[in-house]
Amino acid sequence: MSPPTTPPRASSGRYSLWRLLREGLRAQRGWSPAWAKAAPRPRYRVVIVGGGGHGLATAYYLATQFGISDVAVLERGPIGLGNVGRNTTIIRSNYFQPQNIPFYEFSLKLWEGLEQRLNFNAMVSQRGALNLFHTEAQRDLFTRRANLMRLLGVDAEPLTRAEVKALVPLVDLDNGRYPVLGGFLQRRGGTVRHDAVAWGFARGASEAGVDIVEHCEVTGFKRDGERVIGVATTRGSIAADTVCLAVAGHSSHLAAMAGLRLPIETHVLQAFVSEGVKPVLDVVLTYGAGHFYVSQSDKGGLVFGGHIDGYNTYGQRGTLPMVEEVAAAAVTLLPGVARLKVLRQWGGVMDMTMDGSPIISSTPLDGLVLNGGWCYGGFKAIPAGGMTTAHLIARGTPHPLAAHFTLGRFAAGRTIDERGLGPFPYLH
Amino acid sequence: MLRIACPWCGERDEVEFRYRGDASQARPTADAPLEAFTSFIYERRNPRGWHIEWWLHVAGCRRLLKVVRHTLTHEIHAVLPPQEQPSLPQELAR
Repeated sequence: MSPPTTPPRASSGRYSLWRLLREGLRAQRGWSPAWAKAAPRPRYRVVIVGGGGHGLATAYYLATQFGISDVAVLERGPIGLGNVGRNTTIIRSNYFQPQNIPFYEFSLKLWEGLEQRLNFNAMVSQRGALNLFHTEAQRDLFTRRANLMRLLGVDAEPLTRAEVKALVPLVDLDNGRYPVLGGFLQRRGGTVRHDAVAWGFARGASEAGVDIVEHCEVTGFKRDGERVIGVATTRGSIAADTVCLAVAGHSSHLAAMAGLRLPIETHVLQAFVSEGVKPVLDVVLTYGAGHFYVSQSDKGGLVFGGHIDGYNTYGQRGTLPMVEEVAAAAVTLLPGVARLKVLRQWGGVMDMTMDGSPIISSTPLDGLVLNGGWCYGGFKAIPAGGMTTAHLIARGTPHPLAAHFTLGRFAAGRTIDERGLGPFPYLH
Repeated sequence: MLRIACPWCGERDEVEFRYRGDASQARPTADAPLEAFTSFIYERRNPRGWHIEWWLHVAGCRRLLKVVRHTLTHEIHAVLPPQEQPSLPQELAR
């Protein structure tokens, strides 16, 4: 195999305050596109299916961290319009399971240095993630979770009722349904501008020689016995040494083309944004007596969401019963928002795994790697998911922080059931 | 909002029902190998298309129903008593 030649690519240049000033004085004529759209070549060392957060991050880390830039990212539509552009943009590492805490903490640390590394303003805002509890049993559970986190060196602090009220005056502590007993705060949690994450990784990957191919839908896999040797697409066949699926929401659909059945159900999760108001909420707030989480965007809108709708669907839209449930939780916890108008509501489809934890794994087919099963927590995991998937592709062995996220854990009885619900994804 | 026509109670809103997952998973016989049980418990066909699924009519007759529903359009093809095998047209059978 001769080493591939990657054509040199025009750089979008370094972004800086100095450049902003200079372009301002030159009528903004010096800007070039942040990343280059590529036409697919007939073969690559690595083909990544899915131009969302995890696919682009995997390509970026493959090229910059593992020296493999002969990579194509294939996206069915334009990049960044799937779940990476549909989520509620929360980052945190306040997990319970000892496998999950270090992985998400690794991700949070990568978020902390991401903008400098990518030279791209992703608006990482560590405004704090506050979980409320409403019963004594829940307080005990959160205290245990905070202790587990602190044992692993992750910040977590319990808050009293008064401290919750001081931090979020909008909360109705003595609401008639589920009075708030206190909270559990991770100060390093927060939000990130999701579109900027897709574009930042796309720019970094493109500059490092990765081909980002839009409007290229994978329609099948090329196989040589038990080995995947490429993909069939709407823009022709593409050969590859390794094919990586990063299509969370549609993992089962693509895996079925390769003859695999995954421990995944696909469900829709809705998100909402209200009209813009003056600053009223400067943390990410999570309700403990239901499922409701809310933050305020820099434009002023409240961005919030709740549970999955609860039955298998690939429809990227939500239904009204869940809208009602989310609105009820919002008004219970924050009565002041009752008269806000909801500007937009949308849905994204999730890979819900049988234990609620993700899958970063080789598969029964050689040459096929899976990054999926993100349930509704994929956004915060983008940097770590990309780094560990790139490690798996480049080295052939799992990254130590993601070694337990294999497909084989189900047969082996080593499921990582964060919520302790068993193999019932519609309950997660 | 789905409208599910319960064979016993008539057509009702989805909020009266609870979803109970894929109804096409067949329990292996007791002497089947471990892989068969792993597949039964964990692996799902998860189709983007017609899906046979359990719904429990919790706020009605409290019986389990077998529903044939499309996972992209949410169209409901049939609602049956639990013991019945849905007879699927060719395009649905896959």
